[in-house]
Amino acid sequence: MPYVVERKPLTLLERVYIPQILAGLKVTLKHLFSPNVTLEYPEQRPAIPTGYRGVPTLVKDPHGREKCVSCQLCEFVCPPKAIRITPGEIPADQPERAHVEKGPKAFDIDMLRCIYCGLCQEVCPEEAIFLQNQYSMTGYTRAEMVNDKARLYELGGTLPDQHFKWDKKKAAAEHGNAH
Amino acid sequence: MSAVIEIWSGLHPLIQGIIKGLCVIAVMFPIGGACSLVERKVSAWIQGRPGPNRAMPFWFAWVPVIGPFLQRLGAFHLMADGLKMFLKEDPLPGHVNKFYFLLAPVVGMIPALTTVTVVPFGAYFNEAGHLVPLALANLDVGILAVFAIGSLGVYALILAGWASNSKYPFLGGIRASAQLISYELSMTLAVVPVFLMINVPGGNGTLSLTDVVLFQSGTSGWHGTWFFMTMPLSAVIFLVALFAETNRLPFDMAEGEADLVGGFHTEYGAMKWGLFFVAEYSHMLIGSGVFTLLFLGGWNPLPWVPLSTVIGWLAHLSPLFQNPIAVGLISIGIFMGKVLFFMFLFMWVRWTVPRFRYDQVMKLGWQKLLPLAIGNLIFYAIVIAILQKPVS
Repeated sequence: MPYVVERKPLTLLERVYIPQILAGLKVTLKHLFSPNVTLEYPEQRPAIPTGYRGVPTLVKDPHGREKCVSCQLCEFVCPPKAIRITPGEIPADQPERAHVEKGPKAFDIDMLRCIYCGLCQEVCPEEAIFLQNQYSMTGYTRAEMVNDKARLYELGGTLPDQHFKWDKKKAAAEHGNAH
Repeated sequence: MSAVIEIWSGLHPLIQGIIKGLCVIAVMFPIGGACSLVERKVSAWIQGRPGPNRAMPFWFAWVPVIGPFLQRLGAFHLMADGLKMFLKEDPLPGHVNKFYFLLAPVVGMIPALTTVTVVPFGAYFNEAGHLVPLALANLDVGILAVFAIGSLGVYALILAGWASNSKYPFLGGIRASAQLISYELSMTLAVVPVFLMINVPGGNGTLSLTDVVLFQSGTSGWHGTWFFMTMPLSAVIFLVALFAETNRLPFDMAEGEADLVGGFHTEYGAMKWGLFFVAEYSHMLIGSGVFTLLFLGGWNPLPWVPLSTVIGWLAHLSPLFQNPIAVGLISIGIFMGKVLFFMFLFMWVRWTVPRFRYDQVMKLGWQKLLPLAIGNLIFYAIVIAILQKPVS
């Protein structure tokens, strides 16, 4: 429903304009003495809210084993094709990883392509890839901007695990039960 | 001390004049430069930012408290800005009229630095107890000289705008010249009542700025008031016109970054642009100085409390304060305090009042301020004629 906004004619004081300017000066003077709102960035860092989507990282489980099983779902789902995975077998000489299915031989995320959409985290069945709090990625060359496996684990660290999938696998195998 | 004074009075008046002139410039340039930094800081604070606070020569960080403090204050940005202006490439576009293009910044600086000669900025008392103003040239036509030379500044803008041979500077130059000419009228008319007042019938006719201050130096009654109290409308008109004359917001038609890129100085860079900048600040300084002299009692600390009274009080503390040099410094301090307040007001208003449209500027100038100034003049002419009627 359209309606007409009534424009009242200006009063004499308003037309003289000076009281308005004085009121404005009062406002700006108040701002002059109020504290700054600037965050002085390199020294002061912003508080990162929960659920923040920063640089994608790979995480290890509390036993220090890599969680990624190189299923390549993230590689396939990645819209800008930033992830490149070379799958590999688990070496036989690592008994603590004996029941882990597979592991990535190489895992590269090209941060020049990454759009921080978080689909890799969402699609990961092993909860191995997370977009964590780091928001600042810099480098002098294009090669520097590609995070390889070692770097991804360094950035990711260890996150608490709720499932301990491979422990359950191991227990099941030891009790002669495939699953 | 007396030896210094002897050497000084033995010098040729021309050399004395040059030294005095250099002293004034040596004070004015740093103040102009500091104002550009203060402008940045005040702008930042009003907008809730800390402002420039990073630049610092690395070795200065070793100075304990003062170093970080000066860094936070941005004091080194001032030097960095100046150095940058001198060192960066000085472009000379191919399409400009080279002679006038190079001439314009110089023409801009000349009136800015010439008007300062007639502005008295302090005073002391000689042995006979007479007040001697401190000025490079205490002309008897002070205010006329200020207006006559100060308005030459518009030529720099026109020259710069026209010689740049491109559309934005051209528009900026046209706007600036139209605006300066329009507000010159009301500015001059607003000042006339002050001089009607001080030219008492039977006395010597004078247009001297010193005499305006002397008239406001009384201790009681009308003579003690400052002119902004007795002639508030004149003061307001003069102040508004001053904002327009110095091309400051809300009247910065000449620059108008939003619509004219940089206005008349769009094609200028490096120190040529810097000269325009310094000229603008010098105009602001001198304009504030003239306003202070005319309407704010010059070097008198308070209405009804002239400089001589304060010196009398201070003399009870120590006779040292009666020394002409001490008196001169105190008066300069009071005067500069008022001027710097106006510099702050310029910056304060800049972030308060948005820019007028060009037609609004013209309308305000010709249809509001000019009739108001004329009416004000007629009113005060009649009032003063009645007040100062010679008793027959």
